[in-house]
Amino acid sequence: MVDAAVGAGVPKRARSIYDKEVQGVVWQVVVLAIVAGVVYYLYSNMVANQARQNITTGFDYLGREAGFGIGESWTTYSPASTYAQAVFVGFLNTLAVAIVGVVLATFIGISVGIALLSRNWLVAKLMSVYVNLLRNIPVLLQIIFWHTLITSERFLPIPREFLVENGPQPLLGSVYFTRRGIFMPIFEGHIGWLGALVGLIVGIIGAWLLARWAKRRMDDTGQQFPAFWAGIGVLAMCTFVGWIVMGAPTTVSYPSIGRFRVSGGMTMTPEFLALLLGLTVYTSAFIADIVRSGILSVPKGQIEAGRAIGLKESVIMRKVILPQALRVIIPPLTSQYLNLTKNSSLAVAVGYPELVSISNTTLSQTGQAPEAILIMMIVYLAISITTSLLMNWYNARIQLVER
Amino acid sequence: MMDAKVPTQTYPVGQHPQLKPPPTERGIIKWLRERLLNSWYNTLGTLLVLYLAYVGIPPLLDWLFFDAVWEAKNNKDCWAQGKGACWGFISKRFLFFMYGFYDSESYWRPNIVGAVLVATGILVVFPRTPAIWKRYTVMFLIFVFPWVALGLLVGPVRFTSWDSTSGQITNALIFSGGVLLAWRGYKTNNAMTRLLGLSLIYIILVMAFVTWGLGLKEQPSRSFGGLLLTLVLAVTSISVSLPLGIMLALGRRADGLPVLKYFCIGVIELFRAVPLITVLFMAVFMIPLFLPQGMSFDDVISALIGMIIFNSAYMAEVVRGGLQAIPRGQYEAGDSIGLNFFSSMRLVVMPQALKIVIPGIVSMFIAIFKDSSLVSIIGLFDILNVAKTSITDTKWIGLEWEGYAFVALVFWIFCFSMSRYSQWLERQLDREHRN
Repeated sequence: MVDAAVGAGVPKRARSIYDKEVQGVVWQVVVLAIVAGVVYYLYSNMVANQARQNITTGFDYLGREAGFGIGESWTTYSPASTYAQAVFVGFLNTLAVAIVGVVLATFIGISVGIALLSRNWLVAKLMSVYVNLLRNIPVLLQIIFWHTLITSERFLPIPREFLVENGPQPLLGSVYFTRRGIFMPIFEGHIGWLGALVGLIVGIIGAWLLARWAKRRMDDTGQQFPAFWAGIGVLAMCTFVGWIVMGAPTTVSYPSIGRFRVSGGMTMTPEFLALLLGLTVYTSAFIADIVRSGILSVPKGQIEAGRAIGLKESVIMRKVILPQALRVIIPPLTSQYLNLTKNSSLAVAVGYPELVSISNTTLSQTGQAPEAILIMMIVYLAISITTSLLMNWYNARIQLVER
Repeated sequence: MMDAKVPTQTYPVGQHPQLKPPPTERGIIKWLRERLLNSWYNTLGTLLVLYLAYVGIPPLLDWLFFDAVWEAKNNKDCWAQGKGACWGFISKRFLFFMYGFYDSESYWRPNIVGAVLVATGILVVFPRTPAIWKRYTVMFLIFVFPWVALGLLVGPVRFTSWDSTSGQITNALIFSGGVLLAWRGYKTNNAMTRLLGLSLIYIILVMAFVTWGLGLKEQPSRSFGGLLLTLVLAVTSISVSLPLGIMLALGRRADGLPVLKYFCIGVIELFRAVPLITVLFMAVFMIPLFLPQGMSFDDVISALIGMIIFNSAYMAEVVRGGLQAIPRGQYEAGDSIGLNFFSSMRLVVMPQALKIVIPGIVSMFIAIFKDSSLVSIIGLFDILNVAKTSITDTKWIGLEWEGYAFVALVFWIFCFSMSRYSQWLERQLDREHRN
């Protein structure tokens, strides 16, 4: 517009509108006004529509009775619980599948990523098939695939078949793979396990302090100390002591297969398993590629330099390759972790009761779409910000290695 | 240690013949020794892989091909004929998988759109196409093709403003205003005025064309399904989210305009933090609430809006990576030869930045294509949902493996070829950077 005025030969006006800063302010006010106007327009439409359809607004519904059951829950939940409790159960289920998924996917991904670089032609090719096959199929389809596989009559028995003579036998005596999920023994709840957990945490702190002390002593005097094994020892000791002090529980609850239901033990539902397998396998393919390119990004000269000063291959891996590769690996790995967490929302397709699934039920029961969606988005925003902060902190620590 | 029997021979200096390496150090044996059996754990790995292949591959091939049934009337017929996969199901239902509920007499319409898209795509992607052809093809793809495709796929689109008298008068006024401005722009050789005038003319022409819709029969968007819907959703959201992403990325870097900057950061970070499915729920449940009474979008458009906003945020981050890689000197060079912001972006910065991020953009394309399967959760009939529905049909019940395998194959072919293209491009760009 400014050019137009000049081109048309308009005589010189006030200088100020050609001033970049003035223009900037004007444009921003315009943008702000447009955004505010659009938001206000949409909001007023929404209020009018909700009033017309007799939908109540506000978050009061969270205190009302939910009235629907949830298959698996880490807290006590019944249909008489409130919507807020239902959403909280969903949140915990999201966290459960995300945390287990991240750990498994990292483990598989790193193994596959290293195997991709194997000198063994067959192994490398097999892994490349794994990565290229699984990366290019939608994760939703993979989750549905696993769910179909687990619940299909072709592969797994139902629990009752274990009661039949000559029927299928449980693995390791009491692990049952069935179409209704995996049933396995678990230690019964006892305060002693809390003691062990506290011991573990104390042990971790102790091992960390020990490692710090060992490093300082080595820097000062050059004397080495087997900090890794000593650390493991401290860790195991503290956990053991915590467990002993709080009563040393050893009672195990075994699953017992009845005609109609399975009681005792721990159950992993087909929905949870399908979601976990789908997310883990899909994400591990991406992580494998990230690990591979991270390792390849370390210049060959670095490894040769390590060999030249006489380091062992394991030390080269730990002290030369990994610190440099991690710098390349961590940022994309973070976004894979976040992707896995976000993809856990696809549970809605197989019916694992996580946040989106439960919010969806809430939404269709109460009709309060804006509130339900807002809660969902805020929770994911919080998860994603927390993960980013943690990983950025870790990344910053690693980057400091650079000189 | 020299054995007496080893034949020795002396050659004059420089006359020693080229001897072959010993048999264990050459050819297939060397390869086997080095790549499969060079240490005990590698040998173990080789044996393990061979065992897995022995256990896994024959039954899989049997199921896929040798025991498979290629022609069948229904599931019982299939199972009677053999125990392998029932591909008869796919061949009987093939058109449903491809087009969903689209009018079977109008299949030629999406076919033409697809053919034109593939042909122009090849023309643009092919490295040896003359630059001028590429230019015209891209212009065609941006300015003409979307509306032709819309006309072919959907038929006439109705605007309330087009039918009413007042709407027609407004349109006529805008059109003549555009002509006037464009003429004036040409007269005074003023690019800005000319552009404004031409875009007004363009908008009215497009509206006229879209209302006419090539005079074809109208196809409701509900009838779109199968691979057709998947492709429409993916291609549209890809092509709209790229320019929107560029705008968001530029906005995010506009340090002088804090309001704009933080608005863009907010949009980008919000939509990158939440899963696509929540955005789709939002689109389907909230857009009807946001619209004034009496106006409504169908679910396809709502889902498309959700996908576009979501993917723009990701695209913005990809583009930002490219913008950050451009040295400051390039921006300053643009400024110093007197280009304004938009010209400097268009002529100096963007060509370089986009070139760097082409692999990233292609990866985004793959992700968007795969993510389009999520619309099946909100009830649209994309290819995944078509498979899910087909296997609940009483005639074909119990054939979930065949259905899902086919869908997986379709997705895999598209995504794998795109990822190969992206890797090739990356190597190509690498080579250019080296010299």
